[in-house]
Amino acid sequence: MKQYEYLAKGVLREHGIPIPPGRLVNNPGEAAEAVRDIGPAALKAQVLVGGRGKAGGIRFATNPDEARGVAAAMIGMDLKGYTVERLYAEGKLEIEREFYISVTTDRNKKIPLVMASLAGGVEIEDVDDSKIVRQWVDPRVGVLPYFGRELAQRLGLEGTLAKELADLVVKLYAIFREKDAELVEINPLAVVGGHLIAADARLNIDDSALFRHKTVEIIDEGSDLEKKVHKIGLAYVELDGDIAIMANGAGMAMATVDAIQYFGGRPANFLDAGGGASVEPTAQALDVLVSMKPKVIFINIFGGITRCDDVARAILQVKNTTGIPVPLVVRLVGTNEKEGVALLEQAGISAYSDMAPAAQRAVELRGGGRS
Amino acid sequence: MAVLLTKHSKVIVQGITGNQGQFHTKQMLAYGTPVVGGVSPGKSGSSVHGLPVFDTVEAAMRTTNADASIVFVPAPFAKDAAFEALENGIKLVVMIPEHIPVIDSMDIVARAQELGATVIGPNTFGIISPGEHTKMGIMPNHIYQNGPIGVVARSGTLSYEIAFSLTNGGFGQTTVVGMGGDPVVGQTFISVLHHFKEDPDTRAVVMVGEIGGSAEEEAAEYLKSFGKPVVAYLAGRAAPPGKRMGHAGAIIERGRGTLESKEKALNQAGASVVTMPWQVVDALREAISG
Repeated sequence: MKQYEYLAKGVLREHGIPIPPGRLVNNPGEAAEAVRDIGPAALKAQVLVGGRGKAGGIRFATNPDEARGVAAAMIGMDLKGYTVERLYAEGKLEIEREFYISVTTDRNKKIPLVMASLAGGVEIEDVDDSKIVRQWVDPRVGVLPYFGRELAQRLGLEGTLAKELADLVVKLYAIFREKDAELVEINPLAVVGGHLIAADARLNIDDSALFRHKTVEIIDEGSDLEKKVHKIGLAYVELDGDIAIMANGAGMAMATVDAIQYFGGRPANFLDAGGGASVEPTAQALDVLVSMKPKVIFINIFGGITRCDDVARAILQVKNTTGIPVPLVVRLVGTNEKEGVALLEQAGISAYSDMAPAAQRAVELRGGGRS
Repeated sequence: MAVLLTKHSKVIVQGITGNQGQFHTKQMLAYGTPVVGGVSPGKSGSSVHGLPVFDTVEAAMRTTNADASIVFVPAPFAKDAAFEALENGIKLVVMIPEHIPVIDSMDIVARAQELGATVIGPNTFGIISPGEHTKMGIMPNHIYQNGPIGVVARSGTLSYEIAFSLTNGGFGQTTVVGMGGDPVVGQTFISVLHHFKEDPDTRAVVMVGEIGGSAEEEAAEYLKSFGKPVVAYLAGRAAPPGKRMGHAGAIIERGRGTLESKEKALNQAGASVVTMPWQVVDALREAISG
């Protein structure tokens, strides 16, 4: 879960990493007040999209009146599909150099990875690999100051900056552990007056660890429908097609989306009804699909732990209550298949036992797919 | 033969008194798995499906000589359970729960490496060796059959789909290993492939991968010296970047973890890469005869 910049900055400050003076503002009046206190400032839209600056999400104000005007223009504006609701007013920096530093998880090595570069200020993917220094952390040891000194040396830093960087990486790793971060990144890590200061920060918290971070505000970046389905506890991603999809298990759901595309159709969504879904959540999931007003609904179930008769009951429940006003294609195979198929047949729904012809049929019913 | 799990394993179930633990213990026993007991703090003296329940792994091992454990406890307690198993000398730990914090998984995997133990998962359907009538996991019992194919997969239901098509196509399995859908898991494709390479009964391997991370790319390097036919199917062709496709690990982030990159690497390594799950059997037939 991504955190807003102002929250990430707050965490850095708590851990003793220098940040510019700044505060969250909710309206033009607060923006004016902030600039009166801080002096010339950047007003930064608090939205969770990259490339915020280029999109007009960071503007400057030198005095309170200007801040009021700029804030009035920014609050409510659309930034890459997100409405700007709040700004972070931050003292303007006279930046001498821009570095990069982050701590993340190396999925292959299965240990934390510290990446640093003297070529910061741009997305790290755009930095030449030869300019990035990588140091892996033994999670049983953690990051001690020597680790930071070695990192500074590899980067070619000396004197004050080397000392400050060594100190900073210890703190950054402490944040990574304490906050269960997927990513904690300072970019740019600015040099101002010969000292390091975190000009921008990103903090993504591991969703699975939220149970031990009860005070963290839950931020669901999804569309309204995505948020609704996430609240039911299902994995759901909106896509831009018109064939709605439900499958059981993440891999199956991905494969089902792929199959629809393979036959020339356009999937409307990814929906994992769970590897062992029972009647009620399956019915809820199907309700969501119906509410999307798709052209076709395709249900693809390989019953392992999921029982086919449960899925059939869920389908019938929705059919008999909300109704299913669009063509429905069901592929049902596995545990209790006979019972499930019989239940559906009684209601006039025939089920496929193979995935390929079922996916193909769903695309045909939409019309215009490849044969 | 099978890899990692045989009928000589002695299995305990951590979290045996919970709903999942009870249900799957029954299924494992029905399949023939040598389950010897269970652990559930505070429930010592009771029994589940005729198996003794202990308060601690230590007590369970003293009585049963267990050497393998399957963990069903809820994610917030999974690290504790895994360490309890590892510190007491369990050599094979299968972690079923989803939503275990990544940092906990890193700690578990690091400790397992230190102790020379094998961790499968987290967020896995487990491992099954059909010829040994032994499984540690939540997969359905009826879809597998003994035979010469090794299967290694990241995802559960998708691997069921493919294993069942293998069985129906006349290709039984030595062992099917679920790596798990999380960003950090105990096994890599390489570590599992290595077991299949050493196993004389495994004639060919089916890899079931997906978007996210670079486990498939790393595996491709290893495949160049693997020496047995490999068929690979990867899910997530139509997945948009930046979105988690159900599994915590299935995400294209900052241009990494794309299907194109994985398929290209596997193709270059000589694997037979298919586009759709129902194409696996034909590709396998061709790869074995060719």
